[in-house]
Amino acid sequence: MNDMTAIVTKPKDWETDQEVRWCPGCGDYAVLKAVQRTMPELGVKPENTVFVSGIGCSSRFPYYMETYGFHTIHGRAPAVATGVKLANPELDVWIITGDGDALSIGGNHTMHLLRRNLDCQVLLFNNEIYGLTKGQYSPTSRVGTRSPSTPFGSVDRPANPCAFALGSGARFVARGIDVHKNLVSVLKAAHAHKGASFVEIYQNCIVYNDDVFAGFTDKKAAPAKQLWLENGKPMLFDGGAKGLALDTAALTLKVVDVEGGDWAGAGVIVHDETNRSVAHMLVEMPSDAFPVALGVLYRSPAPTFESAVVAQNAQAAKGKTADLQKLISAGQTWQVEKEPHTI
Amino acid sequence: MATAARELTPREASAHPVPESIVVRFAGDSGDGMQLTGGQFTLSTALAGNDLATFPDFPAEIRAPQGTLFGVSAFQINFGSTAIETAGDQPDVLIAMNPAGLKVNVEALKPGGLIIADEGEFNERNLAKAKYAANPLTDGSLARWQLMSFNISQLTMDAVKPFGLGNKEALRCKNMWTLGLALWMFDRSREPIVDWLKAKFAKSPLLVEANVAALNAGHAFGETAEIGSDVAGGLKQHALAPAPSEPGLYRTVTGAESISLGLVAGSKLAEVDMFFGGYPITPASAILHHLSRLKEYGVTTFQAEDEIAAVASAIGASYAGKLGVTSSSGPGIALKGEAIGLAIMTELPLVIVNSQRGGPSTGLPTKTEQSDLYQAVYGRNGDAPMPVIAARSPADAFDCAIEAVRIATQFMTPVMLLTDGYIANAAEPWKVPDMAGYAPFPVAFREDAPAEGEAFLPYGRDAKGARPWVKPGTPGLLHRIGGIEKQQGTGNIDYAPENHQAMTDARRDKVDGIAAHIPLQEVTLGEEGSKLVVVGWGSTFGPIHQAVRRLRARGRDVSHVHIRHIWPLPANLGDLLRSYGKILVPEMNTGQLKTVLRDQFLVDARPLNKVSGQPFRIAEIEAAIEQALGGGAVGGEVHADTTQLPGPVAGLDDGQNVTDGLALTPGPNDNQDFAA
Ligand code: SF4
Repeated sequence: MNDMTAIVTKPKDWETDQEVRWCPGCGDYAVLKAVQRTMPELGVKPENTVFVSGIGCSSRFPYYMETYGFHTIHGRAPAVATGVKLANPELDVWIITGDGDALSIGGNHTMHLLRRNLDCQVLLFNNEIYGLTKGQYSPTSRVGTRSPSTPFGSVDRPANPCAFALGSGARFVARGIDVHKNLVSVLKAAHAHKGASFVEIYQNCIVYNDDVFAGFTDKKAAPAKQLWLENGKPMLFDGGAKGLALDTAALTLKVVDVEGGDWAGAGVIVHDETNRSVAHMLVEMPSDAFPVALGVLYRSPAPTFESAVVAQNAQAAKGKTADLQKLISAGQTWQVEKEPHTI
Repeated sequence: MATAARELTPREASAHPVPESIVVRFAGDSGDGMQLTGGQFTLSTALAGNDLATFPDFPAEIRAPQGTLFGVSAFQINFGSTAIETAGDQPDVLIAMNPAGLKVNVEALKPGGLIIADEGEFNERNLAKAKYAANPLTDGSLARWQLMSFNISQLTMDAVKPFGLGNKEALRCKNMWTLGLALWMFDRSREPIVDWLKAKFAKSPLLVEANVAALNAGHAFGETAEIGSDVAGGLKQHALAPAPSEPGLYRTVTGAESISLGLVAGSKLAEVDMFFGGYPITPASAILHHLSRLKEYGVTTFQAEDEIAAVASAIGASYAGKLGVTSSSGPGIALKGEAIGLAIMTELPLVIVNSQRGGPSTGLPTKTEQSDLYQAVYGRNGDAPMPVIAARSPADAFDCAIEAVRIATQFMTPVMLLTDGYIANAAEPWKVPDMAGYAPFPVAFREDAPAEGEAFLPYGRDAKGARPWVKPGTPGLLHRIGGIEKQQGTGNIDYAPENHQAMTDARRDKVDGIAAHIPLQEVTLGEEGSKLVVVGWGSTFGPIHQAVRRLRARGRDVSHVHIRHIWPLPANLGDLLRSYGKILVPEMNTGQLKTVLRDQFLVDARPLNKVSGQPFRIAEIEAAIEQALGGGAVGGEVHADTTQLPGPVAGLDDGQNVTDGLALTPGPNDNQDFAA
């Protein structure tokens, strides 16, 4: 675009002078870099951008972004962000959270933020562990996770972040991987979506849960285990040798082999990101038999919460004048002329 | 004199004997519309120029089973020709709409007081529900009182017959019939009620006519019926002279209304729009209801998913440049505690209203108590100082709300405003203030970027110790805040020992320093250096003030000091308290202000405690003062009094929507009070 008012920034402009304090090798570094690379491509102003986070390793994020930032309390970032956005809908609000922050202590707020469809980006760094508190299992940890609080292995079934988001009524659900080059395009799509954009980012905690995602992030495993979705394109992976088709008898997805590029003949379905039912199936695919669905899984815009609030406030105020003296003098009143009598 | 927030004039303070006032209690089933009847009677009383105070007392259950003891709803009003500051100790008149209403309330009636009962409701079924073995109207058990019973139900049915209402609907006009009778008894005009009915049922003229007919019939009954002849003193008209009032415009106001109005006024004086985050809880919901109707005043309301989200969203809004406000009651305030700490750490303005109720835990949702003072002053992790203000009456809550907004925005701090269930629901006349008399305190957002080569210091401080308020969106002032300890000036994360010491000191000094920007403590009634001072806060104002006044009229050397600024305390308070011989602190808790006074001033403050969910009676405080002045113990405990008000009823739950107590601004639930 040749827009004269285009905002031109470089990734460096989005870095603060604060020393980044994650463990060396932590996946958070890669996400930070990806976000700082994304921002210039969005053409937005740093002063108009607010990063809000909760508590956890990832929630240190705002300190490293040269924007406005609010590092709040555990689990409450969505609630604080709701106040920020309702107070000033012009602000571009990003929420940085983790699996424990968003799905355990803050699960309630995450649910309501998504159902209300507040216009913001929610980046959930899922490392399947509590890093900051030194390695306890988290609500997304797989059954059997050994941790300081579960020395014999965890026994409770994990939450699935994207399934939770869809179930909460999210209108944009996407997945990315901390070190994958596609993360920038996922973030751009999230930003372009008006409404609550939910992005689960698989993030490697090198200290407490190293390689927990290696089954699909490993270079060798990646082609066969990563399905990058593109709207309007067939759901192909493993270099086009495999695809996802609909098992019409069981009403589930199935993996099919694609011979000679004839994906249509193999019954591979085309990704329609507005199809909520398929999105549910994509996020629920068991990891052993299926690839991991990545990219934009679901996108179907709906009116945003803050715009509805603003519109209703304006409608309710229409034609009324704010006369404070009149307001406090309302109701049934009476006038006392002078001291009427003595005791 | 007309507002309880006002102190007695010297003439009133020395008046002896105490001028006439009358206490009337309306009691019936929660479906009988007692709150509406009381509310409208209040209005007509206010219009007649009497001063008044009310005490709505409704069941905790939303729709309790009809006719049961725990479904009794009552409304008490004390009105008279002089300053009225309490809802009255013992009713002179009890209007009982059913056996349960009689049973629950009759013990409170003054010996010789008048009972008016609807005998139409005293049937076997209702008597059984009220656990009466025999009909009290006929078995002589009410001999201590004057009894007048007539079939109000039938009289109402007769009156509304021409309108062809169904049986049930017709009977719902009973409350208007009763109101008509009460209006006759006290020589009150029916006109405002008729106007109000017309507005209320604008869409169904038939209901207006039926209700007006019932009202007129009740009034006519008093005028014409030959009653009273068989009962000494019987039904007669009382006319109370109007109370002397300062000239001006008056209205009645509940605490929930005046807090809402005060918050709006405060945000206008601060020149910043308000964001209110709330979650339904008794008895605080009414504030959310009121504010949600005031969009044209720049108010945004948000019903959050829980108490934590309510306060967190308000903090987010303050960060983004609005005045964040949240409100709740004790259990909800407990949930908000961590977030309030965040507001203290990030030094953002925030007003938290706590309409206190009986605790702990769910406690007594619909009963009043003052037991959250510790929670307000001390109830957070870490050294977390926060200003606390307490309103003494519904009318006073207006100024207190403005004061809370002033302190929050001028000092960049959360402020807690304490009221209670009594203040929130009770109504009193309020002399509408002239807003021109309030000095604005406009917020100055920091907007100028620092000079080249200079860094912006988000935690730099002005002379008052307040940091700058910057709206996100402002170029050149980008910064990050959060709950981790901040470096002085820069606000960057800093765990250094000397920095934490300095920041802890800075937060404390800022809040302590507010004492230099609030009024000095005045003696509310009396003078410095009396033999005894009664020190109060919050809604105990009325009974304390009246008790001290009565005793002063009898020549006792006693004074009243009522504290609005609980934290920090007024700068002169310590010296003032030390001027008195003895210090008595009546509280509806187990001695919380007493502890703070002892701690802050090393004075021998003695508690007088009452934790039965019932407000103090004047007589109880009077007795305690006499005892202390007579050389007896100073303070002690006031026990629950079954003859005072109905015993507290256990609540079902939070989140119930009790009506605002007064029907001046009818809420949705008020409709059940009517043949609608
Ligand atoms: S503990 Fe894990 S998640 Fe946290 S900073 Fe270290 S590597 Fe990253």
